[in-house]
Amino acid sequence: MDFDLSDEQKMLAEETRRLLSDRASANRLRVLADAGAAWDEGLWSDVAAMGLLGAAIPEELGGVGLGEIDVCVIAGEMGRGPAPLPFLGTVLAADAIRLAGSDAQKTEWLPKLASGETVAAYAWNEGRGAFHPRRMAAAVKAGRINGRKAPVADAGLAKIAIVAALENGEPGLFLVSLGDASVSPMKGFDLLQKQSAVTFDGAAAERLPGASEAFIEAMQDRAAIYTAFAQIGGAEACLYMARDYAMGRKTFGRPIAGYQAIKHKLAEVLVEIELARSNAYFAAWALANDAPELKTAAATARLSATTAYDLASRENLQVHGGFGYTWEADCNFHFRRARLLSAFLGGPDVWSARLIMALQAANAPLAA
Amino acid sequence: MHFEDTPEEAAFRAEARDWLAKAAAAYANPPTAPWEEAELVRLGRAWQRTKAEGGFAGILWPQEIGGRGGTPMQASIFDEEEHAYNIPTGVFITIGMNMAVPTIRRHGTPEQAERYTRPTLLGEMTWCQLFSEPAAGSDLANLRTKAAQRQDGSWLINGQKVWSSWAHHADYAILLTRTDPSVAKHKGLTFFVLDMKTPGITIRPIRQISGKSDFNEVFLENVVIPDANRIGKVGEGWACAMTTLMSERAGSRGGESDLDVATVIEALRGTDALADGAAQVKLARWWTVEQGIQNFRHRLTTRMSKGEPLGAEAALVKLAYARKLQDIAAFAMDVEGYEGVAGDSPLREQAEAAYQWGAVMRIAGGADEILKNQLSERVLGMPGEIRADKDIPFDQLEA
Repeated sequence: MDFDLSDEQKMLAEETRRLLSDRASANRLRVLADAGAAWDEGLWSDVAAMGLLGAAIPEELGGVGLGEIDVCVIAGEMGRGPAPLPFLGTVLAADAIRLAGSDAQKTEWLPKLASGETVAAYAWNEGRGAFHPRRMAAAVKAGRINGRKAPVADAGLAKIAIVAALENGEPGLFLVSLGDASVSPMKGFDLLQKQSAVTFDGAAAERLPGASEAFIEAMQDRAAIYTAFAQIGGAEACLYMARDYAMGRKTFGRPIAGYQAIKHKLAEVLVEIELARSNAYFAAWALANDAPELKTAAATARLSATTAYDLASRENLQVHGGFGYTWEADCNFHFRRARLLSAFLGGPDVWSARLIMALQAANAPLAA
Repeated sequence: MHFEDTPEEAAFRAEARDWLAKAAAAYANPPTAPWEEAELVRLGRAWQRTKAEGGFAGILWPQEIGGRGGTPMQASIFDEEEHAYNIPTGVFITIGMNMAVPTIRRHGTPEQAERYTRPTLLGEMTWCQLFSEPAAGSDLANLRTKAAQRQDGSWLINGQKVWSSWAHHADYAILLTRTDPSVAKHKGLTFFVLDMKTPGITIRPIRQISGKSDFNEVFLENVVIPDANRIGKVGEGWACAMTTLMSERAGSRGGESDLDVATVIEALRGTDALADGAAQVKLARWWTVEQGIQNFRHRLTTRMSKGEPLGAEAALVKLAYARKLQDIAAFAMDVEGYEGVAGDSPLREQAEAAYQWGAVMRIAGGADEILKNQLSERVLGMPGEIRADKDIPFDQLEA
């Protein structure tokens, strides 16, 4: 057993962090949010040049030829800012093409996704409630797609989308150029990841031949695992932001970091983060090795990470007191992002039900 | 990142498994009736000897003192394999192996190390811990048990200890006393080994809320300890006790009354309870805590096997475990309604025991509140608690 990141993966995390700590700082995010920007295009180019968009894409297709654990490591660092980049959608679209696409689709799109030239969105959701691949209205007939997917993250930036839709009643994934669709901005809680409604009215839709219903379900697990790393990165940023503020802020003649009310609060956050990180590592391992535990590991990682980020982002603002509620303080970005990441793949209720059903379905009795 | 055994680990696992299949065959199934205490201690001693002779006791201890000179990974593998059996053991073994001997070897003389190491390894010496007192729990250094040196160099001990698990089955104790009340409280302490057959020791079992009595009050009245049993210098008891407590935490594992999500799901399989959204959310939460602890432990084992020290964050294991245990046990009682608190359901009986054990675990070996102080101070670098009595001589403190 070696249950840790490799030295190379630790170095990858460090290099990514070094690039983002300055370029995705709270001050930078404030400037972008004030300007109403949807991303930082210059940073996107630099991230792409470092190979961070093609970690799991084979070298012969323009990627770095590493694996899913490396994508997780990068996602974790992206969550720390959070970085104002369409990272998750692009990586998920690339994974869908890499794992379920035809050779022609891979050859055409993976190099462009790895180089950052093409931004992609992953569009599965329609309306309220838990996502189910069989309960979709979007449909493809004779290579044309009709329907509405919403919300879709970063669709306003993306050139292509991988879209979940039914064809002959069977769920599948389809590659669609967003130039052929109507993309309209939606109001959203997060300031730096813009959401859109995407309406298709007969746009050309190319099926990814390997994308079955089970594959679409597995994409949800994959998204949950990458997101768990981003949530933990964000939670850790909140924890140390709160710690640093508490060390400097004095009440009644001493730093508030010395009061148990604050110490114990942050100790609770630390516990949640370390449990979540441990579960996320296990899920990353299960994903990279297509382990039988993948489904339960993904749900476990998602629930843990959501709990950790939720708690960390709220308590970070709380520790900052009234200042935390100002635009000038740095708590705002995580306060909003934590809610986005909790809700967007389905909230804790949905994943709890998913987990308990998966545990019950285990054939062998669970108790040792 | 991988979970497969390396070829060396696989070879060790196979060796351990083969050995256990023969040596622990009698313990493949749970005993038909729970062992009586004295029987458990007798079997526990014998099992410890068997393990020592088989080369599986003290896996981390150097070979020259009878250990295996093995790795943390091997210790973890052996634990896993041994866990498949219903092994008779308890704190009467683990206090010696994980707390007393490491402390004596670190702070004692070579003669003392020699005298206690091998008999403990072989299960010939069982141990208890005489640290806590009625007025010295979380604030251990506030202890009052007095040790006064006599003309001949020996020590006269008077005082009262409490929460001493299994003291009534211990051959020896590690004992923390106050030798100098004229200095600040941490500075006047001295550490001893006490032969529990010494005259003047009265052990009175404490009747617990569970109905069991496995911890004790221990009264020490004019107990004489030879100076040869003093570990470390006079006044250096606190440093010795810290070694003991760090070792305790490193060795801390599970508990005697467990209840996990898998067990609750099995018990509720086919009932409406598992389809209830509120129950699903709770069970899912506890599952993530159980998995988080297990995966966190794997991270710690990996780190230690690479030669890194056990960090202060290890304290979170007990904190997370004990609270989860109490919560899931309460749920398991609630979920059956009125019958969850009365009747013959096996889940109810297990839940009752776990609910009570959860209360023990939230206090023993560092209360939740103390652990949260440690995590915030040692991991997050936040300020220590105000210690109003830190620099005041002990004999000038108000009681």
